Amino acid sequence: MISSLKIFFEEAGTLTHFTLRFFKELFIPRYEFKEFIKQAYLIGYKSFPLIAVTGFIMGLVLTIQSRPTLMDFGAESWLPAMVAVSIVREIGPVITALIFAGKVGSGIGAELASMKVNEQIDAMEVAGNNPFKFLVVTRIAAATLMLPILVIVADAIALYGSYIGCNLQGDVSFPLFFLQVIEKLSFADIFPAIIKTFFFGFAVALIGCYKGYYAKNGTQGVGEAANSAVVYSSLAVFIIDMMAVQITNLL
Amino acid sequence: MESVIEIAHLKKSFGSNEVLKDINLKIEKGENLVVFGKSGSGKSVLIKCLVGLIDPNGGEITVLGKNLNEVKGKALNELRKKIGFLFQSGALYDSMTVRENLEFPLRDLSKPKEETDALVLEALQNVGLEEAIDKMPSELSGGMRKRIGLARTLILKPEIILYDEPTTGLDPITSKEISELILAVQKKYNTASIIITHDVECARLTANRMMILKNGTAAAEGTFTELSQSNDNEIRAYFQ
Ligand SMILES: Nc1ncnc2c1ncn2[C@@H]1O[C@H](COP(=O)(O)OP(=O)(O)OP(=O)(O)O)[C@@H](O)[C@H]1O
Ligand SMILES: [Mg+2]
Repeated sequence: MISSLKIFFEEAGTLTHFTLRFFKELFIPRYEFKEFIKQAYLIGYKSFPLIAVTGFIMGLVLTIQSRPTLMDFGAESWLPAMVAVSIVREIGPVITALIFAGKVGSGIGAELASMKVNEQIDAMEVAGNNPFKFLVVTRIAAATLMLPILVIVADAIALYGSYIGCNLQGDVSFPLFFLQVIEKLSFADIFPAIIKTFFFGFAVALIGCYKGYYAKNGTQGVGEAANSAVVYSSLAVFIIDMMAVQITNLL
Repeated sequence: MESVIEIAHLKKSFGSNEVLKDINLKIEKGENLVVFGKSGSGKSVLIKCLVGLIDPNGGEITVLGKNLNEVKGKALNELRKKIGFLFQSGALYDSMTVRENLEFPLRDLSKPKEETDALVLEALQNVGLEEAIDKMPSELSGGMRKRIGLARTLILKPEIILYDEPTTGLDPITSKEISELILAVQKKYNTASIIITHDVECARLTANRMMILKNGTAAAEGTFTELSQSNDNEIRAYFQ
């Protein structure tokens, strides 16, 4: 018990140190711009198909599932607006972030861990090239900026999925659907939801990098890093989401 | 003679595992020191201490006139650029081509492109692998990886090179080629080196002086001939 507490605080300490180092190295030159672009491409663009598919299904299924309840209340015409609000405020950001954690968080964790295990990170270090800047800073920055874009895209595709869902059993023209959605969605729905996704992206990449960078030696270390990166970054997404809800309610 | 590395009373333990107890060592400019020792005797730990990858628990290390306990951050990176380190595993960057691997150590120096290209070519010629320039590390054989690792180490023209088992896992012919390469580099650039190996033939070819690491201290020091004909059976056993 005592020893697991000790491990917990040690881990919290290194993670804090790791985070502070990110902010320090983010602002001092040299800037790894080329690598940042490459990572933004790999992390953002390459996640696009997966996010698009899940977004579409999310909108479609949510619409189909919500219809019976709304029909019981005779409020079927509320369907587009209600689904839109759930998607934009909560389901879009969180589901996308979780999928992002599964794909990008584990990818970063495994990649950095295998670089660590094969002494590639040490090799950069002894050549006097700063591996933290090259590997960690670029990945965290790219993920922080890419996830919000992915979420906006996923939201849009989910709304399209919802439009299709509305038309499977009912009949709503696209202009009408669009109007109902726009009318109901306010700035207060969209803005906080997008802001929190920056934090989701940051947390997923931070945890992935941290787990990879400090991976234990051996092949086992790679698997462990990838696995715990997904577990902890998914958990972080929920915790941040909970805090975001509290903060938005206060405002 | 001017010494480029001085180690005094170096100690390192991991938990209760005392790996290095009291290491004292001097290496002169242009000298090849070969280190023998059983697996797990702390050879890799010793050279990792020399580049600050592992922090020792005690003692002093002076490299090129700088005390490692005192250099940090930028100054440490400057110093590291003068030391080449060949990893036991080669440690090539898997996601980059051979060319990008070789360019990587040069990235902070902001040299013009032609100069970078010329340096990359020279490094590849040194190891005789010009044709591998656009290959990925996964397409190379074990021996080629070692040689590319060596080329990457040489590209900064280091004053000191630390070789961690440069010939392990290679066939005798390739091993001999690598040993000759080490010798050629020493001649061409007048580098000082520490060469960790289990390979008697490599030691015979490259060593100016040898050290045997055992129980965390230097169990014996001398030339190849002195140690291989030692009266002590245990010392001679390393050469069989
Ligand atoms: N980072 C580390 N953490 C804990 N123990 C370590 C670490 N690095 C090395 N050791 C321990 O130090 C001892 C010496 O390891 P080292 O890698 O230096 O051996 P070696 O002499 O290079 O062996 P080999 O010939 O097999 O490469 C081993 O017992 C190893 O378990
Ligand atoms: Mg070793």
